[in-house]
Amino acid sequence: MIAYLITITILVCVAALVGLALNLQWGLAGLVNFGVVGFVAIGAYAAALLAPEIGWLPAMAVSAALSAAFSAGLALLAIRLEENYLAIVTIGFGEVVRLVILNEPWLTNGALGIADIPRPFAALGDAVGGDAVFLVFAVALVALAFVTLEGMARSPFGRALRAIRDDATVTSALGKNVFALRVRAFAVGGAVMGIAGALHAYYLTYIDPGQFTPIVTAYAFMAVIAGGRGSNVGLLVGAGSIMALLEGTRFLKDFITVIDGVQLSALRLGLIGVGIVLLLILRPQGLAPEPRRRTSDVLPDRTTRS
Amino acid sequence: MSGPSTSGSALSLLEVRGVAKRYGGLAALDGCSLTLETGRITGLIGPNGAGKTTLLNVMTGLVRPDEGRVLLSGRDVTAAAPHRFAALGVARTFQIVRELGSLTVFENLLLAPRRQSGEGVVASLFGRRKWWAEESANALKAKALLERVGLYKLADQQSGGLSGGQKKLLDLARALLLEPRLILLDEPGAGVSPPLKLEMIRLVRELNAEGVSFGLVEHDMHLVGELCDHVHVMAEGRLLVSGTFGDVVKDRRVVEAYLGVAA
Repeated sequence: MIAYLITITILVCVAALVGLALNLQWGLAGLVNFGVVGFVAIGAYAAALLAPEIGWLPAMAVSAALSAAFSAGLALLAIRLEENYLAIVTIGFGEVVRLVILNEPWLTNGALGIADIPRPFAALGDAVGGDAVFLVFAVALVALAFVTLEGMARSPFGRALRAIRDDATVTSALGKNVFALRVRAFAVGGAVMGIAGALHAYYLTYIDPGQFTPIVTAYAFMAVIAGGRGSNVGLLVGAGSIMALLEGTRFLKDFITVIDGVQLSALRLGLIGVGIVLLLILRPQGLAPEPRRRTSDVLPDRTTRS
Repeated sequence: MSGPSTSGSALSLLEVRGVAKRYGGLAALDGCSLTLETGRITGLIGPNGAGKTTLLNVMTGLVRPDEGRVLLSGRDVTAAAPHRFAALGVARTFQIVRELGSLTVFENLLLAPRRQSGEGVVASLFGRRKWWAEESANALKAKALLERVGLYKLADQQSGGLSGGQKKLLDLARALLLEPRLILLDEPGAGVSPPLKLEMIRLVRELNAEGVSFGLVEHDMHLVGELCDHVHVMAEGRLLVSGTFGDVVKDRRVVEAYLGVAA
């Protein structure tokens, strides 16, 4: 049971990284990215292919850089598009990545996938036993990403992104280079998605195209919506809740014996949908509000008011 | 008297020459030429559909004209991106107030100042000491401005919850943090309660006395008469008449343009 919980927590960490990245792009900057899975896949494959050659840390750095480069490139081409059209382009990108991986076996081994991906701290992990060491690694990565992205969200950069989300025209009239800010937000998000992909590959030690279906994107959006757009704290809670719902509902079969396993697995997704709908009805602002700059933060002489 | 820019070009701050903009078959602007002069409050009036707002958009880079040029202090800025205009000292407000609703009133103001080092990705993380110092300095300016327009007590509220008139004041205060030479106001009086309108008039006059030039698109003739040194009347995408407010309202062509009497 402990091993199972560790596994779940590591998967939550991967989902949280993806969610944090999407929270910057969509939650803060209002850029719809339906191709999240494509950037995760690029990160995973870069890590899987390079880690045996150059070591896990450089491979992870390449994953982040490559995914960021693809994000920036896609943004340069498509970010001037209106919300809905950007959504279509990014969906297309996600599918293109998956199909390229599937059909270019010289690079990716096609549908057979890549096995025997080395794990970070493998020797130490074997000495301790289980996945505990990897769990610490995964949690540390999430903590690092959280501190970084939360720092950005609370900086003038984050505020400018929120302004663009509210009204890009007004923001440009206030002298902000909307295009450059959007490209930056997209690239930073892409880098974090690449790292999430690398973590995924390192944990499973085997990847194939079947792991990178659009459902990964959907989970990321669910986590952001549940947590509250723009709030990184909320995102962590949201990602945790979504995974808890996904995995926790597996145990329903122990309690509900009248439904067989196949029907139950279909029901599980339905339950998640019900959970999200309930959340949107009961708490439309999400679980946590996004950070704001209060006058009392910068004006120390001001007495705090209620 | 209807000729464009009769006064000396030495005073010209923002000038449009022969600007045309067509949307499909409709000519929103059709060879419009006029000048906003340094230190003045210039009114832009005309019946609905005369092209006033389109002209304002051309003057701030939001719309690129099909023909003609825009000159800022003699420099051609026709093709400049909207965010460049703020850097060049031209700020604007919007006809339908477009507050950044999820930001607080205070954040709306803190957003505006130019050259914030904390807007870079790396600087936002590693240049914190620098941008925090900027932020503190900006916060003092923002506080002073909010007190001036009477919105400081609402500073930590979401700006989406303000009244229409308060939003217009916020819009103006935000533009002021850009420290502009010229502010273009698109219907500052529309939907504003009479007391706030007086507040707006007082504020624009004060700022003008401090050296800020204004361009003002407005339908409220009382407001135009109160504020404007000089008025351009537009009709059908062109400049019809220029002069003082007293002169233009007596002009037969202006009356015809508003009432639609056949010439």
